[in-house]
Amino acid sequence: MWAIAVKEFLQLRRDRRTVAMLLLLPFVFLIVFGYAANFDVKSVRAVVVGPFAAQAAAVLPKVFDVVATRPADGRAQAVDSLRRGEAVVAIVTPSSLSGKPQLLVDGTEFFAARAAQVAVASAPSTSAAGRLVGSVKPQILFNPELRTSVIMIPGLLGLILVFIGTIATALGVVRERQAGTMEQLAVMPFRPRDVFLGKIAPYLLLAAVDMAVVVAAGLLVFNVPFRGSVLAFALGAVLFLFVTLGIGVLISTVSQTQGQAIQLAMMTLLPQILLSGFIFPLYSIAAGIRWIGYVLPLTYFVRIARGIMVRGAPVSSLWFSFLMLAVLGTLVFSLSVLRFRRDLAPAGRSRTSPAISAGEESPPRPDASAGAAS
Amino acid sequence: MTPSAGSVWGVHDLTVRYGHRLALDGVSLRVPSRQVTAVVGGDGSGKSTLLRTLAGAVRPVSGSVDRPLARRIGYVSATSGVYTDLTVDENIIFVARAYGLHEGLPARIAALLERAGLSSARGRLAGKLSGGMRQKLAFVLAVLAEPELLILDEPTTGVDPVSRSEIWRLIADAAARGAAIALATTYLDEAERAAQVLVLDRGRALLAGPPDEVAAALPGALCDLPPAQVTADLAPLSWRNGSMRRVWVPGGALPTGAAAVQPRLADAVIVACLQAEVSASASAGSAA
Repeated sequence: MWAIAVKEFLQLRRDRRTVAMLLLLPFVFLIVFGYAANFDVKSVRAVVVGPFAAQAAAVLPKVFDVVATRPADGRAQAVDSLRRGEAVVAIVTPSSLSGKPQLLVDGTEFFAARAAQVAVASAPSTSAAGRLVGSVKPQILFNPELRTSVIMIPGLLGLILVFIGTIATALGVVRERQAGTMEQLAVMPFRPRDVFLGKIAPYLLLAAVDMAVVVAAGLLVFNVPFRGSVLAFALGAVLFLFVTLGIGVLISTVSQTQGQAIQLAMMTLLPQILLSGFIFPLYSIAAGIRWIGYVLPLTYFVRIARGIMVRGAPVSSLWFSFLMLAVLGTLVFSLSVLRFRRDLAPAGRSRTSPAISAGEESPPRPDASAGAAS
Repeated sequence: MTPSAGSVWGVHDLTVRYGHRLALDGVSLRVPSRQVTAVVGGDGSGKSTLLRTLAGAVRPVSGSVDRPLARRIGYVSATSGVYTDLTVDENIIFVARAYGLHEGLPARIAALLERAGLSSARGRLAGKLSGGMRQKLAFVLAVLAEPELLILDEPTTGVDPVSRSEIWRLIADAAARGAAIALATTYLDEAERAAQVLVLDRGRALLAGPPDEVAAALPGALCDLPPAQVTADLAPLSWRNGSMRRVWVPGGALPTGAAAVQPRLADAVIVACLQAEVSASASAGSAA
């Protein structure tokens, strides 16, 4: 037993990444996720519409953060604002002072909806806010029963695929390196981007099939609605899968062993679970930690999936999430290609003549690429 | 596509470092077409690094590398580099696709597999092949695209004698078809079959030239003595040769009664290594 324990210590001593993870990560995760684990909603984005929008906006309970006041708009525009995710709550003021306002709440924002309900119910009846909305019964849109499954399943789709996809591709390059075939790839006529795209293509296809199956199960088994464009959802899913699988390949390029690859993959999974808005609302997370969520692909997929499936949000309202997935995809692709260049073309590609092209005969004249410059 | 005649590939004054460790120090190698050029040396001598640099898998610190386009290079790494979880056929199809080979492919594959004795193993997983068969498959993959430069890193290490001779038949075939072949080996009897040989020791070139010329240029003289007759002063300059010990006498004055032995490449390599060791010890001593 002693001999094995000593051997393990010796091996561990040389695997500094694992030691660092074992010793530092628990502390880092506790601090980061401690600040992230917060269901309290201190601010609810609201739009106020109707003839008395300005007056109503001035007396609303403090929890409402009025992002727009539109006297010319009516209920339809207010619903549209919620669908597009502009706000979580919309107050539609009546056409006369004697009328009652309507309080519309986005049912996909569970904690914000609850906070809005509590704020309205607890407004003192003698206060201006109480007189305005105190007796108003909020109308929950998109998810009237505030069913958890409706809110969670769209995000869960992404989480499942992050889990499967990242680990599957994270092992890809490491396997080549450990089997000795990476060196073979390095001398074959592949460009680094060919290897990246070739590596993720089969997994992209499999993950897309997985995604379709999981979405179908969500709709049929859990009765999650699908109100938006299937094409827009598919576009978001493909972008998201590209980033997710690409992160796996990137992890693989910086790992020497399969164990290291899995450790790194797990490190990217936990933040995605806790900081993407999938469980804790992003706006409830401490600002110093929240920015991590903004660089995670699941954050944007959760927005796209909830928006399109449950609210029927148009693509135009989700453009930023699509853009961010595209940016993250480009970033992951570029970094992976750079890393691959180190492995696959360390000495650069030789050129015997500019006239040479694929399929042509090489001339007998050799190139004389200076090693340091090639 | 067939390899073009008259090409000479190689490296010149090559220096390679792995971190602080000097792996190659000013090494040059010419690899002409239609010839086998052997790189010999012990473990850690720099053979693989030299071939990997020639193939483009390692970036040198300085020196120049002359090599054809990647699609005109065939490479067998020290680990064979075949995909063990693909069948023989699947490995071949992968390489064919990578090199964009189409024309006459089925016939070429069949001919190559026939020559390599792998025709009956086309559906077998590469991981289930014997070591020799796997090396032959690696060779088939390397020559599939009819490369101009064929780089073979210890293609026969750990392979049984029959497979070794079959692999050498394939190598000779490829050279006859016009390929320039650079081959690393630890077997000096194999190196004797090459047209040119480069002997490396700790990243430096010790000897270079045609094997018979390298052997003939051995300084001093050699003789075989029974172990009991090897005196203490001769012992450091002797090595086992069957039941005898072969002794190198730098000055050429053989012990009384001993007959001179015609040196072979193996003797020249051992003597060169002994000289290198002596000069390394002398430098270390003077530095201390």
